[in-house]
This record gives sequence, C-alpha cells and structure tokens, in this order.
Amino acid sequence: MSTRHPDDEILLAYAAGTASHGTALLVATHITYCPLCRGKLQAMEQVGGALMEALEPAAVSAGARDRVMALLDGDPRLGTSDSRPPVTAVTGRTVLPRALREAAGSDADGLAWQPVLSGVDQVLIGKAVPGGERTRLMRIRAGRAVPRHTHRGSEMVCVIAGGFRDVLGHYGPGDVAVADDAVDHQPVADDDRDCICLAVTEAPVRLTGRFWRWLNPFVQF
Amino acid sequence: MSRIAMTLPGRSMPAATARAGLGMIEAGWARSLVLARATRLDTAMQRDSAPDVRAVETTADGRSLAALVDAVARNRDRQAFGALFDHLMPRVKAYAMRLGASGPAAEEVAQEVMLLIWRKADSFDPARATVSTWVFTIARNKRIDLLRRENRPALDPGDPMLVPDSPRPADETIERDAAEIRLRAAIRTLPPEQAELLSMAYFEDRSHSAIAAATNLPLGTVKSRIRLALDRLRRSFKDE
Ligand SMILES: [Zn+2]
Repeated sequence: MSTRHPDDEILLAYAAGTASHGTALLVATHITYCPLCRGKLQAMEQVGGALMEALEPAAVSAGARDRVMALLDGDPRLGTSDSRPPVTAVTGRTVLPRALREAAGSDADGLAWQPVLSGVDQVLIGKAVPGGERTRLMRIRAGRAVPRHTHRGSEMVCVIAGGFRDVLGHYGPGDVAVADDAVDHQPVADDDRDCICLAVTEAPVRLTGRFWRWLNPFVQF
Repeated sequence: MSRIAMTLPGRSMPAATARAGLGMIEAGWARSLVLARATRLDTAMQRDSAPDVRAVETTADGRSLAALVDAVARNRDRQAFGALFDHLMPRVKAYAMRLGASGPAAEEVAQEVMLLIWRKADSFDPARATVSTWVFTIARNKRIDLLRRENRPALDPGDPMLVPDSPRPADETIERDAAEIRLRAAIRTLPPEQAELLSMAYFEDRSHSAIAAATNLPLGTVKSRIRLALDRLRRSFKDE
C-alpha cells in the first residue's frame, strides 16, 4: 500500500502551498480516490494553521482595520461558500476527477488525443515550460506495453481509469507510481480496457520562487 | 530567520492586549503557555496544568474564534468580525511576510484574506476543521492564486468521483479541540532543529533538497527530521 501513495514530501508541499501546478494536480487527483492521504493532508493543514498561529504576529498599520471594515459594506457577498459552480452533469464513459477535468478542459472522451508511440496517446496539460515540468494525460491501449523508455528525471503517474502492471506490481485507479532512472520501467496496460493516467515529469516542488515583488499589480480590491 | 515564536494569544497586538488584559485569558491554557515559554517544560509537566478545553482558539479576551465566525456567517455581525480581524490579521500578515512578502504587500494580502473570511464565513464547518486550519488554507490558497495564472488544482468534496471517508462519529468537536491543544503543546516542545526545518518546509517555498542546500545538511537528515517532526505532531493529535 505504501508504494501506491505520493510520499509525504509531496503531500506536505501541497499542504504548504508550495507544490508546482502539476504536482498539485496529481495530489488533488489522488486524494479524490484516497481517503487515507486526504486525512494526512488535513492533518498537515492543521499543523500549518497551528504554525501560523504560533508565528510572531506582525504589527498592522493603523488604518487597516477601518479600511477593511469599510469594504464590508460594499461587499456583494458573492460566492459565499465557494465560487466554484456546481459539478456539471457528467457524460461519456471515462470520467476524470474534477480538478483534472478543469485543467484538461474536458472529460477524457472529449480530449484531442495525440498519438506519441505505438499504442500510446497523450494530451498535454498546460504550457510545457522549457526545462520545467511536463504534465500530461496518457492513454495506453488495452494490453499494450509502453515501449521501454528512460526518464530524464523522476516521473509521477496517477492512474485514472483501467490499470497497468510493471516490475513493482499492479496499479489501479487512484494509485500513484513513481519512476526514475533507477527503475526499469515498462508498464503494460490491463487487457480489458484502455489505461488512462496523469503523468508529471520532473516535478519540482517549489512554486515559482520569490514572486512577491511582482505581486502588487495583481492585488486588487 | 524568524523562528516559530512561543507566543501568548494576543501578544504583539498592543491594542487588543491592552483592552483585554492578560488576566482575562482562561487561566489553565495561559498558564501552561507562560510556563512553557519561560522554561520549556516537557510535555508531561504541561499535561499537569490541564488546559481548559474551551480555551483553545480564542481571542486575547477569551472569545471563541469559532463562535465569532459563526456570528459573522449567521448575522453578518460586524462587531464579531472586528474581533476576528484583531486576532487574525496580524497572524495572516506574519504568514505572508514569512513567505517573503514585504510589509505593504503582506498587509494587502492579509486584508484580502480577511475579506474572504467575511464572505466565506458560512463555509466554515467546525465539525471539520479548527478556525486556524480554515484560515491557513484560505491564506495559502489566496497566495497561490496571486502567484499563478492557472486554475489552482483543488479537491472538490462534491465530486461524484470521490471515494468517501469511512463514517466518523457525529460530534468530534470536543475531541478535536483537545487535539488542537495537544498539537500546540507539541509544536512548542519540538526539538529546535526539527522545528526550524518544519517551519522552512511550510513557510519558505523550498523543496527538501533546497532546504538541504540552504542549511548545509545532508538531504537524508532534512527528510528524516521533517518526517520525525510531522510524526510527532500527528501522534499528538491522536493522544498517543
Ligand atoms: Zn493515498
């Protein structure tokens, strides 16, 4: 069971808000299937809250309270509990977890799959940053093997539908596999159906460095 | 680098503290904090001072944060919001500054977080989270949203794909408050070398290998110290 979950550093990066976009997407996908990691994450968030509470409180400027109180009046109280619209009706055979569906722009059957290897199609998610991480959905046709390949860095995979087998065992929906150069990695999809998974390669856990100096233009009331 | 401060509730909030006076804080919790701060008592001795469960998560003058959030949600209670502001604003600002924001930028972010607290008060569920956990996730998400153009990947608890939790007892609130007290005590008594690395992992936007490089520690040491710290804090939740 332990090899089927993202490791604690990954979960902690998500809890702390420092995970890269692809890593965060993989975690949000995995915890849709995994109550265990969802519980771990809640505990990590509670630790984050307690650590924030334990920070030396910062002095607040004199007018801040009045400014915020004044803004309450004009507040339209939009999106009181959550600004996300309700889940839309799901059609099609292969259903993606919501975070993934939003990132990909469609459910699995509506995506523009591109063939990359014999028996393997993919859809890139987001912009590929040169030298940065790559996030994609992969579809391995039923019973097909992904040709032996190497990873420049590590690759994290989360199964969405179907399953595959490699030297370490079998992976089904929600399971996370981590491969790097040390692992001879040749996954074979289950015979009965196509295997769809989310793959994040070279996932750095840091966000984007010290962006704060550019922050002001984005902060609007 | 600022460390996890051993703070009293309300410390460094001059106005609120002056109004309330420390004497009004629930005696048990405050006393254990003062003692822990002065002498770093070990966990066993803190248990002797038996903190009052009701005293967890309060403002400097002893008002329950959860009750204040509830008053904002139900009645749009501005006075309750003001009390929340006095308690939370300096902490959220400190969080943003710890993550590298300048004072003015941190204050703007913290103000936005306070407005979200006003707007989203009815999404706070005391059966699921403490107020500080809820505020931490709002502040964390606000920061990510400001830094990124993309959608922030998040779990949708209403997703039809969700594999549900196993059923839990109906009312865990009292147990959770007790767990929060134990958690805070456990944080205060973490070995300094663990506390420092844990705090870097939460507040410095660095991977474990970047932390290793910054501290000149072997990566394995960084990983094991953070794991030890997290395990210790997790155990404190469960009162083991
Ligand atoms: Zn898991």
